[in-house]
Amino acid sequence: MSLHGTTMTLIISLDLLAQVHAHGEDAYPEEGAGFLLGSEEGGQRTVTQLFLTGNAREDEARHNRYLVTPENYLKAETTADSLGLSLIGVFHSHPDHPNRPSEFDREWAQPFFSYVITSINEGKAFESRSWRLADDRSKFEEERIISR
Amino acid sequence: MTTLKIPTPLRYYTDGQAEVTVNGPDVATAMRNLVEQYPTLEQHLYNGHGDLRNFVNLFLGENNIKDLQGLETPLNEGDTLRLIPSIAGGSDDFSRRRLKSLLQKLRRNTCSPD
Repeated sequence: MSLHGTTMTLIISLDLLAQVHAHGEDAYPEEGAGFLLGSEEGGQRTVTQLFLTGNAREDEARHNRYLVTPENYLKAETTADSLGLSLIGVFHSHPDHPNRPSEFDREWAQPFFSYVITSINEGKAFESRSWRLADDRSKFEEERIISR
Repeated sequence: MTTLKIPTPLRYYTDGQAEVTVNGPDVATAMRNLVEQYPTLEQHLYNGHGDLRNFVNLFLGENNIKDLQGLETPLNEGDTLRLIPSIAGGSDDFSRRRLKSLLQKLRRNTCSPD
């Protein structure tokens, strides 16, 4: 659980994590997604706000795919800037599927970002785990979530 | 010279800069110039075939270059190009749970009483 020689940790409040779970449950049986806004210091990231987005994929693909349009990306980044925060990651749900990144997740992943994935089992959020893409893009590495 | 705006996840590779200056008469050349200046960006922007990755979107002003002349879109002195990633992903096509659900459906259909 280290990248660039530092221990990776994502700190998120219980309330914000509950909002991530609720967003996934609302989107079920489709995938839901959004951005994590916050700050980073020494490999430790703190989420202070969420930016919820819709799923721009076509209807028949939304059960196992999500897409955020460039326009929504720009809105999220502008919002983060205006609040003095940074975009530090993305969250999305895996309906009836484990909260591990898929090969498709890896192909489309951005470096640097934390990717929080929540399993939604039969409509109920089960658990979230967070991942970061390795520098050589070969795999994801898990980072510890601290929720308090 | 063209100003290229860099999205947050790629700024780690541009020494934290949100915008950089690139040179080139068109978008393709300017993007190659970007990775010449910041070589560690290349693996994230280009695939193994030398093509820009699917998630790379480039806007010249308000216009997606796909609606202009693509990578051959000419650049003029003072233009601003913005790189915006498409954020995408998703689970594998088949999970154990989905498979179980499909099998249950199949069993219901094949074992139903006459």
